[in-house]
This record gives sequence, C-alpha cells and structure tokens, in this order.
Amino acid sequence: MKQYISKQNRALLSELVRTDFKLRYQGSVLGYAWSLLRPLLLFAILYVVFVKFLRIGGDVSHFPVYLLLGIVLWNFFAEITSQGLGSIVGRGDLIRKIRIPRWMIVFSASISALINLVLNLLVIAVFVILNKVEVSASLIWLPLVLFEIYLFALGLSLFLSAAFVKYRDVSYIWEVIMQAGFYLTPILYPLAMITNETFQKLLLMNPMAQAIQDARYSVVTHETATIYGVFEGGWYMLIPFIIVILVLVSGLLYFKRESKYFAENI
Amino acid sequence: MDDIAIKVDSVSKTFKLPHEKHTSMKSAFINFNKYMKGYETQKVLDNISFEIKKGEFFGIVGRNGSGKSTLLKLLAGIYAPNEGDIKINGKLTPFIELGVGFNPELTGRENVFLNGALLGFSRSEMEDMYDEIVEFAELERFMDQKLKNYSSGMQVRLAFSIAIRADSDILLLDEVLAVGDENFQRKCYNYFSQLKKEAKTVILVSHDMTVVKNYCTSGLLLHDGKDVVIGPISKVAKKYTEINISHLETTAARQQEKEVVDEKRWGNGEAKIIKVWTSYEKKKKKIFRPDQDIEVNIQIEANNKLDQPVIGLTFQDQQGRTVFATNTKEMNQTIGDIEKGETITATFEIENIYTNGTYLISCAIANSDRSTTFSRVEEIQDFGIAGRSMEHSLAHPKHKLTVTSTPGN
Repeated sequence: MKQYISKQNRALLSELVRTDFKLRYQGSVLGYAWSLLRPLLLFAILYVVFVKFLRIGGDVSHFPVYLLLGIVLWNFFAEITSQGLGSIVGRGDLIRKIRIPRWMIVFSASISALINLVLNLLVIAVFVILNKVEVSASLIWLPLVLFEIYLFALGLSLFLSAAFVKYRDVSYIWEVIMQAGFYLTPILYPLAMITNETFQKLLLMNPMAQAIQDARYSVVTHETATIYGVFEGGWYMLIPFIIVILVLVSGLLYFKRESKYFAENI
Repeated sequence: MDDIAIKVDSVSKTFKLPHEKHTSMKSAFINFNKYMKGYETQKVLDNISFEIKKGEFFGIVGRNGSGKSTLLKLLAGIYAPNEGDIKINGKLTPFIELGVGFNPELTGRENVFLNGALLGFSRSEMEDMYDEIVEFAELERFMDQKLKNYSSGMQVRLAFSIAIRADSDILLLDEVLAVGDENFQRKCYNYFSQLKKEAKTVILVSHDMTVVKNYCTSGLLLHDGKDVVIGPISKVAKKYTEINISHLETTAARQQEKEVVDEKRWGNGEAKIIKVWTSYEKKKKKIFRPDQDIEVNIQIEANNKLDQPVIGLTFQDQQGRTVFATNTKEMNQTIGDIEKGETITATFEIENIYTNGTYLISCAIANSDRSTTFSRVEEIQDFGIAGRSMEHSLAHPKHKLTVTSTPGN
C-alpha cells in the first residue's frame, strides 16, 4: 500500500491534476468560473422546463434543491467516467515513453472531477440556505454516499479506459448508456412518480439511483424514497452496494491485466 | 548479483501487427474470421540474454528495425516481455526520450514542474533546482512563454537540463546525441564524462557506431531481433561494420545503373555524358572496401568534333564537401580529338583514402581552356566506402611510423 502513496506518486498526481485544470479552460475568458457556471445554467434550464412548465415535483418539498443535488451528483459521475474513459488513450504519449503507474492517469482524471464536485457542493450549500432547507443530522451520511459514487465511477473508469485502448467503439457505447442511465435514474423526476412498485425496486438497484436518493434523504428531505424505505429491509437492499464492489474489483483486475500492453496497443 | 545492474534472461517480444487496424467492434464482428487471422505476429526480439555490470557504459547498436528501441522499452518497463525475465538492480530512469510529457500549451516554467514530477520530483524539490535548470538551459528570458513558441533547440535544451537532474543509478539514453547544436552536444559530452566519474550505469542505444564507440566499453549488437554479438565494444563494432557492408552490397546490387537523363545534364550540347559508373578491377562495383581503389568510368558521346577536350571529376561527401577534384589538364594528360559521333569511355583510377560513407560523383567535359562546357552532370552517381575502423577522420592517406631512439646517458 505504501508504494501507492509514495512521494513520487503524490508529486506526479498533483502535477497531472494541475495540468488538467490549467488546460481545461485555456483560452476561455471566464476560465475556472465555468466549473460553476456550467451546472448552474444546466440546472436553470431543467428547472424552468420541469418545475415551471411541466410542474413535476410540486409535492416534493424544496424541489429546486432536490433537483440540483441530483444533477450535481449525476454530473460528477458522468465527468469521472467520461474523463476516465479517454484518459489512457489521451495520454498515449506518456504511456509509450515513460514508466509511470498507469492507474495514476485514470486516478488523476477523477481528481479534477472531485474538485468540480466540491465547487458544486458549495453552490448547493447556497441553495440550501436560500431555500431554507432544515438540515438534519442525517447530513453525515452524505460523504459516505459521495464516496460510494466515487468508487463506482472509478471502477467503471478503470474498466472503460482499458477497454477503450483496444476498442474505440467503447466511447460511443458509453455515451448511449449514459443517456439511458440519465433517464433511468430519478434525477429529473421524483421516484414517487413511478407508481409500479416493481419498477421502483428495479430502478433503485442501480447504484446511482440509490446513491442520489440517499443523498437527497440526507440533505434535503426525509420524505424521499430510499432503498431502505422501498425494499423495507431484506438482504436485496444490498444489491447496489454489491454492484459497486463488483464493478470496482473487476475494473481493477481488468485494468491491471491490460495495462501491461497499453504501450503497444495505443 | 551485487555487481550486476541489469540482467536480461532469454527475453522475447512478439507484436501482433494487424493487416488493417480493427479498432471497432463492428469490424471485429463482421470480419470475425478475417479478424482472427487478420494479424501477423512479428517476433521483434528473439531470446535475448545479457548482463550489464554496475558502472558500465553499455551500448546497444543495430540497424533501423533491429529491435533496439523495443529492447530499451522493455528495460524501461514500458513494454512487458512475452517470455523471459528482466531483473533491474538499482534505480532506473523511467524515460527513454527527452521532454516526455512536454505540453506545448503550458509555459516553460510549468513544463519544468510537470516534467520533474514525471521523473519523481516533488514541487518543493523542483523549486530548489529550478534556477539551476533554467540557467543550464540558458533560457532565463523565455520561461514564461508557452512551449509552443520555443524553437526545437530550446525545447531540447530545456528537456536535457531537467533530465540530467534525474537521480538514478541506471540511465537509458536513446539516440539523445543526435539532436542539438554543437554547444549542446558539448554539454552532453560533459554530462557523459561526469556520469562516468560517478560510476553510473549507462545504456546507450544508437545506430551510430561512432557515438557508442566513444563512450561504451562493451555492448550488444542486435540484428533482426537476435543478439548477434555481446561483448567488448571493438568486437561489436567490427561485426556491425560487416553487417552494414553486406547490407549496402545487397542494396547496391539491386540498383540498376541508369542512363543520365537530359534534365540532369548541362552544357552547350556539343558533347553528351551518357553514363557514369564505378568499378573495381574493371568489374562494376558500388561499395568499396578500404583496400579497393575506385575506378570511375565516364562514357561520352561527341555531337561535334571536339578539339582536345578536358574531362573533370569531383567527389562530394554527404555533407556536400568536395573531398576530391581533378581534371585531365591537371593530370597533364590529353585525350586527343574526338570525332563527331564518336563515343569514348574515360576511366579514372583513384586511390581509396576516404572514410566510410556515401559519395556523389560529378563530372564535366569542356574545351581545352575550359571556357566552354560541353556537358556537365552533377551528383549523378554515388558509391560507398565501408569497412574502415576509424570513422571520424575524413581521409586515410598512407602513413607510417618510424621511431628513432637516442640512448640516454
């Protein structure tokens, strides 16, 4: 374990993240502000469409915050996986010419998403105050939920980045899966809108759905449907967590096996 | 194992070379059968074994495509061997090229820190070294400019200045000396000498034997993925020269001699140089060994009666320097008159005192006071010299040594 957090690796990680950040908004006038502006503008559009026009979520208290939290968490997940997916191929020049731990590249791509998440959570904090949400002690669960999303996304990134080296279709397939996932996850609509209980249960087996609902429970309102509520206990409420662990472990194993041949396959 | 820095034990590396790159699943599925057979396996390295002692300067030489870069990447841990085992004893530089990871969109300063991190230095360590690096690279005024605005020479200087900071016991260097101006090359040499003093292990990869011979004591010659010679550098160099000569001879044999095309011919047209070829003992030959003198044959057709013409001949080396020039007047030889329609062949015999390399022949025929050129062709034919053991001197005139001694009191 010690070798993974060696001085060299930490130095490398910080430089890779720094470079990522510097290059991302290069040439744009507003620069880093886009990290905040982008989700805010997206949120504004969705809010107008879903809350004002379609009048969804009227019966959920603090729906704007509820909606924003869902979007921010989904974006966090989407950013890690999409950045992670292309990270190995994108850094092909490094991989072919220098021996650095390959996982560092995927890991560093996830760190910039993590930084964005922190910025976005600050925005949410402002909305929590503006919307007069009563914050309860259940807030302490939020870091755990974030950690779960992070591990899930990291496991997927490891798998996707390694597969992308061999098959360039992975990026297109993943784009479609993410689009489907966005609608299969109760982000824009409250889970209660789905009246069929089996569907509700199936949807909640998706780790992202479970995590977003749990995050809403911990931050916004206890009225939201969580996996504990819907499944009413029982071992199968562990399914999302099992999925996360399976994805992470198989992602790590696949990445480890394939990483030996990155340099020649890119 | 204590005095061994690197031990390579029967290492083989095979690449799959797809006929057509299938990087999408669709083509993989549609042409499934084809896909399965759609690649050739190419054994780039075949059962290579050698050891490098600590403090040794070890050269890996071979022609292009002999597998030396692959071997270097295996040593660096960038590739994994298919078979065999590589043991590294000590800290190895992780890079095989200068300036890996340089980003043109970042400033020179930012690139220094990024590159340093790739070599394993933390930010604070880099800050301590920063001024020295910049000073060594002589780029003080440019550090806040983006790298894309640097000249290639500046980039190399910066990369080199960082790379020499790498604190490792074993260094891998791939053709590094091929770049940069004279001043930079001198810095490289100084750095090498310093490494020698510090008893670091250095592995130098090159196709250029002179560089390797200057620094390495022992080496490995790769040819078509096999280790042909492992041992003292003189032995390696000898074999490498032989391989190069036989390669040159086979390619030269394949080349057909061409008649001079009109576009290449200057002059007033009163005579026409038809063909120029080289030979040894009257037999056509393009590659000459040190003991073989060079015959240059020039075939000329007269379109008018030529009165005591003069024929001239020069050799240029690869750098465009004229290493030899003569003409029949200089030689105090007359050709005599050439009748209209007559074709003559003039054969010059030149002592072979030149160094290894390729030379180009230019020749001309002019009137007796050389005021009018009848026909002239430049750099029309080439020939090679191979097999000299000292390559860095341009010429090898005959020489001998006499030692006289006076007895002391």
